[in-house]
Amino acid sequence: MDNTRKIVYLDHAATTPVDPVVKETMLPYFDEVFGNPSSLNGPGQRAREAVESAREEVASLIGARPEEIIFTSGGTESDNAALKGVALARHREGNHIVTTAVEHHAVLESCRFLEKNGFSVTYLPVDADGIVDPDDVKKALTDKTIIVSVMHANNEVGTIQPIDAIAKIVRPRGIYLHTDAVQSLGHIPVAVHELGVDLLSASGHKFYGPKGVGIIFIRKGAKFASFLHGGDQERRRRASTHNVPGIVGFAKALEIAVAGMNEEAEKITRLRDRLIAGIRERISDVRLNGHPERRLPGNVNCSIAYVEGESLLLNLDMEGIACSTGSACTSSSLEPSHVLSAMGLPPELSHGSLRFSLGRNTAAEEIDYVLAVLPSIVEKLRAISPLYKKKVKAQ
Amino acid sequence: MEVYGEKVMDHFRNPRNVGEIEDADGIGRVGNPVCGDIMELYIKVEEGTIVDARFKTFGCGAAIATSSMVTELVKGKKIEEARRITNQAVAQALGGLPPIKMHCSVLAEEALRKALDDYLQKAA
Ligand code: FES
Repeated sequence: MDNTRKIVYLDHAATTPVDPVVKETMLPYFDEVFGNPSSLNGPGQRAREAVESAREEVASLIGARPEEIIFTSGGTESDNAALKGVALARHREGNHIVTTAVEHHAVLESCRFLEKNGFSVTYLPVDADGIVDPDDVKKALTDKTIIVSVMHANNEVGTIQPIDAIAKIVRPRGIYLHTDAVQSLGHIPVAVHELGVDLLSASGHKFYGPKGVGIIFIRKGAKFASFLHGGDQERRRRASTHNVPGIVGFAKALEIAVAGMNEEAEKITRLRDRLIAGIRERISDVRLNGHPERRLPGNVNCSIAYVEGESLLLNLDMEGIACSTGSACTSSSLEPSHVLSAMGLPPELSHGSLRFSLGRNTAAEEIDYVLAVLPSIVEKLRAISPLYKKKVKAQ
Repeated sequence: MEVYGEKVMDHFRNPRNVGEIEDADGIGRVGNPVCGDIMELYIKVEEGTIVDARFKTFGCGAAIATSSMVTELVKGKKIEEARRITNQAVAQALGGLPPIKMHCSVLAEEALRKALDDYLQKAA
């Protein structure tokens, strides 16, 4: 590939570039303020101050108290900690967990692990748009339920769940509510008390912060068992020397994201809708996956019938466009996206699914470029497809 | 994403022998049980020699490339020779495939076998 060409990057749900201001803010913490925050000496204390002020900043941006924030290594750790930490801390009160069929693997695999270790898990269905019915949550609860985990916004289809409505059902019963906010924090409003959650996970690199740093919010008083034992860091809830540059970067990135959120969401939503409308205009037999309005500003997920996602992806990549697919052919398990399957999509439509996730720097010209290139790629692949021929003949 | 070699990408980008043969002497239709992809292979035979081969495939990059390659490999071959073409041979002709993509080449081998069976049945 021609390296001089600018890549049209539409995979922001996978990861984002670090904001230049964030990067600048982090730099001194690699070699100038490099002390260990657990050390009592001057360099250590300067680093500690940086960590604590980052904690205060993050807490205030999500409506929490500083002592309710634990810095982690990222979204996966936070999800694991939430599920396993509560399961372990509350196992005497009950062994039942409720979650949904469309969660991120970090939640689903943690649940599977807990199932192998004496817990039982209910995986709730979703409707065709990917939304969980709060009534289903209600019906699933038993006197053994200790935690409910429902993601705030879905990573594949962008659907936003009614977390506040679910909280009203779950919390009065003394059951904890966890939400995986990895896709939503920094993109749509996230306030822990408005959502009504006891635990929340998030990751820095999804909103122009660095990789390898995340948070878990744990409501004050909530029972939680730590699984990283060692030093006294994070009020003994997570041992390990602080990732100081990462933590500083996380806070800065969140501050920038929240400050510009309204404007950015508006701009990205406009481009998103332009891309959706354009695809529908130019390509036949396309289905938009996910809720048309209750979805993340930057998410476009559509299924293009009669073609396979990896072939689409490779062709787009050759044209300098980076996106992703839910096709079985690209997953190591060779199974189609569990999210699309849970939404009732037949395998052949999951197969032809593409996700474009737009970001802060996405330009209208880039969207138009995709719209110029995609139809001929689809046409070319449909010409090779035995399924398309059948469709043409049937008409 | 899987990393494909140059030859695979070449056949993926410019697949050879795409299409159908109206009056084909043998047709092989197979579905890949692993990931659900589909391939159709058409052959034209004259005096025991395959003179034309075409395909249609719904599948990943490796599936399209192996389909394309198998049509190239069988053209000009005697029926008995074509029978000996294995999925490994197809993958090898493409300079190899990532391990997770080997099952895609099985699709090509099976489509070929079915097309040959179909021809022999019709000829009998
Ligand atoms: S045909 Fe599905 S992985 Fe190759």
